[in-house]
Amino acid sequence: MPAVNTAALPDIVFMLLFFFMVTTTMRETDLRIENPRLPSATEIKKLEHKSLVCTIYVGKAKDETKGAGYNKIQLNDKIASADQVPSFIINARTKVSEAEIPFMTTSIKADRESSVGTITDIRLKLRDVNALKVSYSTQKGTSN
Amino acid sequence: MARRENPEINAGSMADIAFLLLIFFLVTTTMNVDSGISKKLSEKPPKDYIPPMIKEKNIFVVVINRNNELLVENQRMDIKDLKDEALKFIDNGGGIGNAGEDGSPGKACDYCQGERSDSSSDHPNKAIISVQSDRGTEYGTYIQVQNELLKAYTELRNRLAKQKYQMTFDELEKAYDEAKKNAGMKDRVEDLRVKVEYIKTAYPQIISDAEPTS
Repeated sequence: MPAVNTAALPDIVFMLLFFFMVTTTMRETDLRIENPRLPSATEIKKLEHKSLVCTIYVGKAKDETKGAGYNKIQLNDKIASADQVPSFIINARTKVSEAEIPFMTTSIKADRESSVGTITDIRLKLRDVNALKVSYSTQKGTSN
Repeated sequence: MARRENPEINAGSMADIAFLLLIFFLVTTTMNVDSGISKKLSEKPPKDYIPPMIKEKNIFVVVINRNNELLVENQRMDIKDLKDEALKFIDNGGGIGNAGEDGSPGKACDYCQGERSDSSSDHPNKAIISVQSDRGTEYGTYIQVQNELLKAYTELRNRLAKQKYQMTFDELEKAYDEAKKNAGMKDRVEDLRVKVEYIKTAYPQIISDAEPTS
């Protein structure tokens, strides 16, 4: 029996490599809350410079012992409170160069059933540490 | 009809299949682009800060209660009417605008097409929209309101840009972005920047978030 030709094996391996390279950069943090159902809007702007964006999630905790309701805040990998927002931002700032700090944006991904009070708490904390650029993450809605 | 011998499996098209799969995955995996309503928060005021006096008629108050109902200028309103009402308020142009940064005196709004009523805003650069929400207001409603208000500004900016430069503001911004990236269009950058700045200052987005009631 002749040997199977393996000339195409490198192609397959490269293909898998490319595939994993593309998919693994998609999300660095595990969601501890249920995937937020983002509100939809039409007047939206794309967020550029991914490395300068830090994301805060707000929504319902997956782990029910953390309490019910859509107002749980996730920073990095764990559920936190609004008081921990400043340290989260300062920590994120250490990762970028000083000149880029004013261009950092905080993206708030909140569920549409979250309450404005929670968002305001986060906003006040952001203001305390001078992180003034905020983007409320939304889906692209249809204009009507 | 058994074949006696099978010299070699032809693997020449294997690479084609591999590339086909690669392209398939490249196309189907959507890198979700993060987009949203961007806002600039105001800086933290110093302790002894006295807020400036603003005329009542220059403030457009939108209150959202905890049942997600809207009260606009003391009247109950549906969210679908909010854009037109805000547009009317911003574009009223009933008086004289803010003084320029170089000290030039404020001028009346010569591009406004509003009613020029005395009881509404003086000038787009004086018109302030204040959104007062409750702590219990749903975030979705809050975003909807912000979106409607932004829509009003977009419409006005587009109208003015179309009138002055025969293109909408969106097109103008897009052209500016492209010109910035493209080295061959250097001469147009400055021209477009001035145009974009002009429209932006003609209708500045002044939407303030009041502290929510609990």
